[in-house]
Amino acid sequence: MTYTPPFRLARGGRLIDRAFQLPFRFDGRHLRGVQGDTLASALLANGQMLMGRSFKYHRPRGPIASGAEEPNALFGLGQGGRFEPNQRATTTALIPGMVLGSQNCWPSLDADIGAVNNLLSPMLPAGFYYKTFIHPRPFWKHLFEPIIRRSAGLGRAPKERDPDSYEQAYGFADLVVVGGGISGLTVARDAAGNGQRVIVLEQGPEWGGRTPADHTKGTEAIDALLADLRGRDNVTLRRNCMATGLYDHGYLLAREALADHDPNQGIPRQRLWRIRAGHVITATGALERPLSFACNDVPGIMLASAMRDFISEYGVAPGQRIVVVTNNDDAYRTALTASDAGLDVVAVIDARPDASGELPQAARARNIPVLTGTAIAKVKGSRHVEGVALCDHAGDGTITGSVECDAVAMSGGWSPVVHLWSHCGGKLIWDEADAMFRPDPDRPPLGAGGQGMVTAAGAANGDLLCAGDMDLPEAETMPVWVMPQNAPYKLRSKMWLDFQNDVKVSDVELAAREGYASVEHTKRYTTLGMATDQGKVSNINGLAVLSKALNQPIPATGTTTFRPPYTPLTLATIAADARGEAFQPLRKTPMHDWHQRHDVSWEPVGQWRRPYCYPRGAEDRHAAVNREIMAVRESVGTLDASTLGKIIVKGPDAGRFMDMLYTNMMSNLKPGRCRYGLMCSENGFLMDDGVVARLSDDTWLCHTTTGGAERIHGHMEDWLQCEWWDWQVYTANLTEQYAQIAIAGPKARTLLERLSGNIDLSAEAFPFMSWKEGEIADIPARIFRISFSGELSYEIAVPASRGLDLWQKLHEAGHDLNITPYGTEAMHVMRAEKGFIMIGDETDGTIIPQDLGLQWAISKKKADYIGKRAQSRSHMRDGSRWQLVGLESLDDRVLPDGAYAVDEGKNDNGQRKTQGRVTSSYYSPTLNKPIAMGLVRHGPERMGQVLEFPLPSNEVMKARICEPVFFDKEGSRLNG
Amino acid sequence: MLILTCPYCGVQAEESELHPGGEAHLKRIGPDGNDEEFEAYLFARKNPKGVHFERWRHAYGCGKWFLAARDTATLQVYGTYRAQTTQPPQEIIDKIRKSRPDWQPDWSPEQDWPSEKGSAQ
Repeated sequence: MTYTPPFRLARGGRLIDRAFQLPFRFDGRHLRGVQGDTLASALLANGQMLMGRSFKYHRPRGPIASGAEEPNALFGLGQGGRFEPNQRATTTALIPGMVLGSQNCWPSLDADIGAVNNLLSPMLPAGFYYKTFIHPRPFWKHLFEPIIRRSAGLGRAPKERDPDSYEQAYGFADLVVVGGGISGLTVARDAAGNGQRVIVLEQGPEWGGRTPADHTKGTEAIDALLADLRGRDNVTLRRNCMATGLYDHGYLLAREALADHDPNQGIPRQRLWRIRAGHVITATGALERPLSFACNDVPGIMLASAMRDFISEYGVAPGQRIVVVTNNDDAYRTALTASDAGLDVVAVIDARPDASGELPQAARARNIPVLTGTAIAKVKGSRHVEGVALCDHAGDGTITGSVECDAVAMSGGWSPVVHLWSHCGGKLIWDEADAMFRPDPDRPPLGAGGQGMVTAAGAANGDLLCAGDMDLPEAETMPVWVMPQNAPYKLRSKMWLDFQNDVKVSDVELAAREGYASVEHTKRYTTLGMATDQGKVSNINGLAVLSKALNQPIPATGTTTFRPPYTPLTLATIAADARGEAFQPLRKTPMHDWHQRHDVSWEPVGQWRRPYCYPRGAEDRHAAVNREIMAVRESVGTLDASTLGKIIVKGPDAGRFMDMLYTNMMSNLKPGRCRYGLMCSENGFLMDDGVVARLSDDTWLCHTTTGGAERIHGHMEDWLQCEWWDWQVYTANLTEQYAQIAIAGPKARTLLERLSGNIDLSAEAFPFMSWKEGEIADIPARIFRISFSGELSYEIAVPASRGLDLWQKLHEAGHDLNITPYGTEAMHVMRAEKGFIMIGDETDGTIIPQDLGLQWAISKKKADYIGKRAQSRSHMRDGSRWQLVGLESLDDRVLPDGAYAVDEGKNDNGQRKTQGRVTSSYYSPTLNKPIAMGLVRHGPERMGQVLEFPLPSNEVMKARICEPVFFDKEGSRLNG
Repeated sequence: MLILTCPYCGVQAEESELHPGGEAHLKRIGPDGNDEEFEAYLFARKNPKGVHFERWRHAYGCGKWFLAARDTATLQVYGTYRAQTTQPPQEIIDKIRKSRPDWQPDWSPEQDWPSEKGSAQ
């Protein structure tokens, strides 16, 4: 007899509509499916059983499942940025015009060169890579790793940006039922009747689960339940909605496919539901297990339930002559379905010594041969099934006969889908009778109130006959983990457990012999269950084999951890709208648009955008920065300082609190005056700095760094609420209420005096480190005479709504003074020329103020401040800490930021010892030479010494230690 | 994602609205503390599998810090309470004892902390 490839049956197929033909392409061939087909059923209808290659040995593979657990039939779908690898043919609906590409094969699925690995398979057992490539050591990096990396990974990642849109939505319900089969719908109806808000999620496009395929009156029963639920206002039904994970306190994530693989619909492709459930019912059904017999991976061998689905739901036959092999009654349904469809059921091979239940009797009544106590010794054929050799199940595989066939339906029993139950800590018990793990009702995952937050229902709870009256009674399943029972090594080394990763019974046994007693270790050593189906097909069989090898009961071995997501979730769905400009909010100052109009080059600072510089014409950024600096040094410039944090601290105990916050004394600051202050964390490290102004007897205004405003406000609130809660102090973060402009340069006063106003700006009336309130350019303003540039400088704060107005008036009034907007980089260079530190440059979370020569800003009189105790720890007072100095490059090159100064000797890793590093480094246009600051061991005592900085190019740069203040040491300019 | 009820504004807040603040009921050691005391205050944090007291801030809500008693293994929440206290309120201790009869507080009533420090607002 000749082989009959899979074909479309003349009749039948509950889910398909033969009137609508859908063209598609598969590896360049033009094929046709029909409306309702999955990719798998459409390919079978075209005679295509070969749908993939296994990962390790590149063995030919057909589909073995009809649902989400499919490990073999995986394709790359879509073009360009829409390309997606590893899409399961069994759950992907056929869309007209679809283009399918096969994976893990070259040059083609039919003639795959990688299949040479299959010939080598006896030499590639579990742990082969671990054992083989460990010696000689240098070979790993230069030879083995590059080759292994090239052949690693299943499918390829898309290189272009995904053009589809994705969205997220929130859902709330008293009860979420996961699974739209007979149990889920029944539970939902009962709960809805009690007035609960119910959401029902079904992973696939069809309601009913297995019931319509397995029971003659199944469709009617499901339709009746749906009609009831659809008539209720308190019930939401969602199809194509996969509950991917259950998390703390009833937080459930679900992925709803809206327009999967169909970009023409113009709607978001997927929607991620973030549901908070009062209670969750898992009615997720059960998954059928394969049987482990020799060569059980040949294309044409599939799960009995899958074959039933292909025949009755999609009207495709996997072949003309069918063999069913089973250890339970349920698989007889496949024999009956195949027989009803006009296929030849050559035999039902039942490992059990007796099969006399209603289902086996029904099979016998149709003259289907039922062979009890029998096993498959091996499958004949390599690219398709040619037949099976038979043996006694209780024996050692001695062949007793054979039958010819085109396809094999196998069933090793059913395992409840316990993933969601387990994600958040629900425990399992071993059910000896049905040979399965099922949820332990006494140990559910707990909700916030300590009550169980999940209940399992139906097959997911181990009740495999949950279709009620429709179910025929079934005789007991007999656990079969290896077929035949006493199969020799030769057969066991051909029994596949994990079909995608090519893990066989013999591999798990080898792991056990080598000491991998834990199921988690065995998983990682053999890669059992690490395929894209995450062990849905292989796990229970694998751990049963491991248990036998370890000579312990299955529950003692236990399962590997069930982790979300249940099926793969694309990253785009998790990100949804949070990409591009919507990735995070953009904070804009009131002058943002002005900067934009003036060709600004932006610098992201936290969520803010700050002007880095304003290049003119053909200027590059470096030239622009230099021009801006020289304009400030020679005339006047303006900086948008609105992003600086502005926090009010107010109340009867505010002074006391300020003294705890800052290292220096703030309570004795006089109203009208400003003081530079340092803030440390409780472990002594410098965390922020800024100028504090005392606004009134009980009010201080704290300026913080741009990035620090929210953090420092939180820090203040933490101490006020949790430590000194009886102090009467209030804080308010007013950062965004004010626009702030720094006007710096020798012509700053000249410029401001041109604007109308009632504030005396003269040096006598308005000295350095004071502030005044009044009007300038008819705008209410608070002016601070403070300087970060080292120049004569005023910072003007006005209500945010008036910021742009003031900025423009300044620029109109200063046109003839060459008024120049300057950005953050000019600010950085100018502060470095003055030796002023910058939080984040000179500090990195491990630096105390004493390291930076800031002892003058640390009060010796105060009994306490945050960080004081920590700064007296021994290693904080240790004289060998690196301390701040200036660094002068010996040639005219700018030292690389972050470069390390090496010391004599080597450390334990054979690296040169270090004695310092560069923290800030710039070209100074003011001094026309490079300048740098750095932290150096005993630095301040080593003026004039030369340090060496090796560069990655192996060059060595040299720099001389000097004072960190490079410009205007006396401060005559800022005091001017 | 946990749900904790903010004891100030009463909102059942999802974890994404909250900012975690580590172990609760730390006693600050100031400049007078010796090295051992200070090290314990600064670095030694409890990490129990079971009953734990934590600081949380309702960061994207009312902005208040509060304290939570919960089980780190089962995720049961025994209660949340205001931060202005050095020990959990009796009703929360009672609730913990009801669920976990074997649980023992690791502070003693004789500890030299006042039950309420200063005048809570």
